[in-house]
Amino acid sequence: MRQVSIAQIFGKLRGGFVSPLALRRMGVLGMNARNVNYIARYNDRDKYPVVDDKLSTKRAAARYGIAVPELIAAFDTQPGRRRVMEVIEPLWQFVIKPARGSGGKGILVIAGRNGDKYVKTSGAEVTALDILRHVSNINSGLYSLGGKPDRVMIEALVDFDPVFDNYSFEGVPDIRVIVFRGFPVMAMLRCSTHASDGKANLHQGAVGVGIDLASGKSCHAVQRGLRVSQHPDTQMPFGELVVPGWRDLVRLAASCYEMTGLGYLGCDIVLDRKRGPLLLEANARPGLAIQIANGVGLRKRLQHIESLDLEQLEKNVEERVAYSMNQFAAGRSD
Amino acid sequence: MSPRAQVYIIAGLLALMGAGLTIYKNIELGFPLLPGEYRTVWTIEAKVRFTADGGPVKAALTLPREQRNMEVLNESFSSSGYGFNIVSEDDEYRAVWSRRSATGSQSLFYQLDVHQTPGAALEQPLDLSTEVQKPFLGAREQEAVRLAIYSLVDSARERSSDTKTFTTQLLIALGDNRNQDRNLIFGYYKDRSLVDVALLMLSAAEIPAHRIRGLYLEDDRRRLDPEDLLEVYDGERWVVFEPHSGSPGVPKNFFIWQRGGKSLLDVEGGRNSRVTFSVISNDVPAREVAMLSTSREKEALVDFSIYSLPIEQQSIFKLILLVPVGALVVVLLRVFVGIRTSGTFMPVLLAVAFIETRLITGLSIFVLILVLGLWVRFYLSRLNLLLVARIAAVVVTVVILMGAISVVSYKLGIEQALTVTFFPMIILAWTIERMSIVWEEDGPYEVVVQAGGSLLVAVLAWWVMTNRYVEHWTFNFPELLLVLLGLILIVGNYTGFRLGELMRFRQLVR
Repeated sequence: MRQVSIAQIFGKLRGGFVSPLALRRMGVLGMNARNVNYIARYNDRDKYPVVDDKLSTKRAAARYGIAVPELIAAFDTQPGRRRVMEVIEPLWQFVIKPARGSGGKGILVIAGRNGDKYVKTSGAEVTALDILRHVSNINSGLYSLGGKPDRVMIEALVDFDPVFDNYSFEGVPDIRVIVFRGFPVMAMLRCSTHASDGKANLHQGAVGVGIDLASGKSCHAVQRGLRVSQHPDTQMPFGELVVPGWRDLVRLAASCYEMTGLGYLGCDIVLDRKRGPLLLEANARPGLAIQIANGVGLRKRLQHIESLDLEQLEKNVEERVAYSMNQFAAGRSD
Repeated sequence: MSPRAQVYIIAGLLALMGAGLTIYKNIELGFPLLPGEYRTVWTIEAKVRFTADGGPVKAALTLPREQRNMEVLNESFSSSGYGFNIVSEDDEYRAVWSRRSATGSQSLFYQLDVHQTPGAALEQPLDLSTEVQKPFLGAREQEAVRLAIYSLVDSARERSSDTKTFTTQLLIALGDNRNQDRNLIFGYYKDRSLVDVALLMLSAAEIPAHRIRGLYLEDDRRRLDPEDLLEVYDGERWVVFEPHSGSPGVPKNFFIWQRGGKSLLDVEGGRNSRVTFSVISNDVPAREVAMLSTSREKEALVDFSIYSLPIEQQSIFKLILLVPVGALVVVLLRVFVGIRTSGTFMPVLLAVAFIETRLITGLSIFVLILVLGLWVRFYLSRLNLLLVARIAAVVVTVVILMGAISVVSYKLGIEQALTVTFFPMIILAWTIERMSIVWEEDGPYEVVVQAGGSLLVAVLAWWVMTNRYVEHWTFNFPELLLVLLGLILIVGNYTGFRLGELMRFRQLVR
């Protein structure tokens, strides 16, 4: 009894910290290890522009036959009021994005119109002037890394597959797949919540749902670091969630390896009602929250891919997808 | 070679180089390793006095030669109305004062600062003749003295094995006032000193010897006459003896002025000449002593360093050299702890500003400017300005705020707030801009987290940078930057977990 109480006191003193050895044993990948062992080693600097500039990503995707949301217009320089209005006037729904924004910053989604006003997904209304200011901000480099002048993209709003409607509150769910040397290694679905203000950022309170690579079924769900079984706003149980067309989605993610040439890659994918999976953007520095969403560490899976021999690494997309789906299925002791 | 191995090798080499230079500067050049070290510097003043006859006057004073255990830091001569020159003569340096005509009592000064360092006093060999001139003791009345001298020499020789022990025995005998022979000799040579007599007897024993003039360095001594030591050639090398105790070796604290028997002072055209010395000790910061002694030796490590810059630039460098330390703190906190800050190295600049403003004042001014600036920025964001214009507007606002804070606090009598000007304005404006974006995109909570993280890092960096040891080391041993560089390289290779991640990933451990 006495020993138990000492352990408890020790646990309290330690706060919410766990031992680094335990994390290592779990195969958790830390930020430093990610930067040194994976990003620095497998991502060549000269290939970053392809993913850092979303316009380049789109161009490359077109070359490789990867489906992306439709680009309506792009402004290289500060456009005049008339030019912007010309583009957005005929549109009912559209998305304005900085080409080099990071972390989803500077994305303005207009889901509809109300007279002169434009309605955001959250229901808030903005005026044409607000939109012009947003375009000007993007051009001036407010959202780009280092404040460099940036380009503005106007994209068609994705016609989201209704399958996730009940799993997302005021926002767009997207699926992040980590692709290592062409092999998909982990996937999660990010569901916005009321607490996350419609954003899909996990640290702001969005729910991260780990997706089983083999089946596309959810295997684990986490909000603010705590395991949940249903969506906090819509009360939908995650246990029943299955991503339709999963294999196509994984294939799309895997083919991004050829497109970008980046060894350690995070692909953000959305599901369109008619077109199926679309590549929203690719990320050369994907975050580590995916481990929390899946309740599994990345390190062992990455090390498994690293241990493959050259012949196996030269497989085509289809073979790699098949290998990963088999190798990294949930419940397998990896 | 793998990049990792390269990092370790380069880091090791850098650290080795930095540490080596530091050790060299400490041991060889005497730069103090710890702040607040003081060294004793002796100021010796030689005063030459004589009565001039009215005609041309020339006074020559032998100057001390370089010695290994005494570092001459500074020399000065004072000789109003006299022409002054230093001449080298037979391995000796002499200060020569000259004047066409002078009458009455004259005083000339020569002053030098020396610092005692560990090491042997004398540098062998000395280029002096080892010839011995036997004393002439032929006259009748000198018969008794001659016998006494030879009797002393013989008994000393009997009780010794070599020149060294012989000299010691002789000096002991000369110090023993119960010895009849000794008393007889001193009775005859009434006006001679102990060293004079000892030299006479050594020449009678055919041992080459001469006198050494010098001073015992003791604090606050005035009007000292030079003291004599005895230097004896033992067949191979010169050995110094203290005449009263008879022990070999130069006594501690003895400053050698002149070796060899030549005159110390020569005055032409004057009478009653005399040279007296005064000694004062000062405690001087060790770094200053090192700087003075190295500047005379033209040590490249010091001569081609920031110390050759004007003092004003040096004080700027004092601050600049602290920046890498701040950067190291940022790196450590980022890599090992994982604190989120706004702008990677912004906290370092803040910390530099805090050094100038003091911590509490700096913190309150920063928070005040940030809050007011954010408030203005929120209004500006509604005016649909272009980004560059908006940031410029924030810069102007920050400047106005700084001016206002200065004036208001000055009127209120809080002078400390005047240091507000040390804040990097552009950085502040950018911080305000970034914070307002973070506020819009991620909410006020994130602003508090990032601003708090930045402040925490800045305060820690400030704390390290104002540490007196760190200040001392960065300025006195800039070579340590190489060590720091090596350390940063190694830290940049760390792939373990951050402290924050131990909490972030805690659910994964079940």
